[in-house]
Amino acid sequence: MTARVEVLAPGPYATVQDLGRPGYAHLGVPRSGAADPPSLRLANRLVANAETAAGIELTLGGAALRFTAGAWVAVTGAPCPVEAAGRAAGTDAPLWVPPGGVLRVGVPRRGLRTYVAVRDGIGVERVLGSRSTDSLSGIGPPPLRAGTTLPVGAGAVAAAILADFAAPPPLPRRPVVRVLPGPRDDWFVPEALTALCAAAYEVTADSNRVGARLRGAPLERARAGELASEGMPLGAVQVPPGGQPIVFLADHPPTGGYPVVCVVAAADLPMVAQARPGDLLRFRLVRRASHDRASHDRASHDRATARHREAVDRPGGACQEA
Amino acid sequence: MTVRAAGEHALLVETGSLEAAHRLDALLRADLPPGVEDVVPGSRTVLVVAPAADRPRLETLLASLLRTALAPAGADGPGRLVEIPVVYDGEDLAEVAELSGLSAEEVAARHAASEFTVGWLGFAPGFAYLIGLDPALHVPRLAVPRTSVPPGSVAVAGSYSAVYPSASPGGWRLLGRTDVRVWDAAAEPPAMLPPGTRVRFRPGTAR
Repeated sequence: MTARVEVLAPGPYATVQDLGRPGYAHLGVPRSGAADPPSLRLANRLVANAETAAGIELTLGGAALRFTAGAWVAVTGAPCPVEAAGRAAGTDAPLWVPPGGVLRVGVPRRGLRTYVAVRDGIGVERVLGSRSTDSLSGIGPPPLRAGTTLPVGAGAVAAAILADFAAPPPLPRRPVVRVLPGPRDDWFVPEALTALCAAAYEVTADSNRVGARLRGAPLERARAGELASEGMPLGAVQVPPGGQPIVFLADHPPTGGYPVVCVVAAADLPMVAQARPGDLLRFRLVRRASHDRASHDRASHDRATARHREAVDRPGGACQEA
Repeated sequence: MTVRAAGEHALLVETGSLEAAHRLDALLRADLPPGVEDVVPGSRTVLVVAPAADRPRLETLLASLLRTALAPAGADGPGRLVEIPVVYDGEDLAEVAELSGLSAEEVAARHAASEFTVGWLGFAPGFAYLIGLDPALHVPRLAVPRTSVPPGSVAVAGSYSAVYPSASPGGWRLLGRTDVRVWDAAAEPPAMLPPGTRVRFRPGTAR
């Protein structure tokens, strides 16, 4: 009998996510995948899965999952109280849930999205190469409900679980998000990027996997008219006519007609994905975020030092370049 | 015509025209450069998403391919032609007729007489923006979008026409419907109308 995960409670919003379905944007298909990919990758590594395995992305925690055959699992991302088969357990470590045991994930103290990986991965059917739920287009498995059962993958690779704990990427209390100008910064008044970086923006309640919608100083256009529809990159800071920016996350539309004033540095996008409604984001303009491919490895270090940077970049200060 | 940075992982190539965007798209797809994950043509641009690419090398390559794409056409033949049978009995046909000052029959005839080209896709998987709508049929979107438009609805809005690929909310005006499925996630390729495809609508009768 195949091992299954029975969803007793999904929390406010939960989906199956892997690293998404790149390669179909020209056909109108969002990339999708985990909103905070480093957290899903970490959860997979902790249970000796390939990083590409599918896990469960929770939004504000609150889930209860029963593992019919027993399973090694790991919980990462927004840190939550965790209980495995009635015993308190930790995040960012492999946990054994005995057959029929329930994993309970509470509400995160900070952050928005928590990931649950199970050894051998969630084995739902792939659609266009991915098991991810795309909330924009409805491709992939439907969001989890109480009563949903998910198959656990067949487990082609039997790598040993070696880690007993991984230091999670810290979630800064007051995140500073690096942005690179363009591609359409020339559609805005020269002061627009300065304004974006001058004061904090609040993440609003209508944010979702498509984008983090922000409220703050409006970004003023230098030219009227409509931008001809063009491709939108992940992390794009798109500015609709009202001037309030939206940061595009995993399920963003692949094309759009509002200008993109800047794009979030790849290593900093998970911080945006982890910001919950009411959280404040501050932006810092850089010309380049990384000089080499090691930037991903430095992401957690960058986040750890964000608090230090915050002490340097006082609110109201001018944008800085790095 | 320039290559603009769109964050660390993407470049936005300005082609100046839809035709050049389609030529650049075709050149890139014919021999996908290392590290490129997505190539997304737009109205006058091509977005190249390449997280793992050697950025300076890719920029040089794109500048070179852009020169080829901008050279006067001639070698490249017309795109693939797809014919789509339509029953012109859409809910908004009468209103489009009124807005355009034509009869319903004339609206259908003009829509079926145009040859369209797929400009780009967006809004939903498989939703192709069809360029080439008769200017007499340029009408605004509905003031209040429908909460659900059935798949196969043939619609117009602004200077575009489209076939709704799946049930979705929508504010375009419905001229008719087709049985043709322009999107099937299980098919390869999943979209019947990729960028550059030529499209003609053929008036038909309901099954």
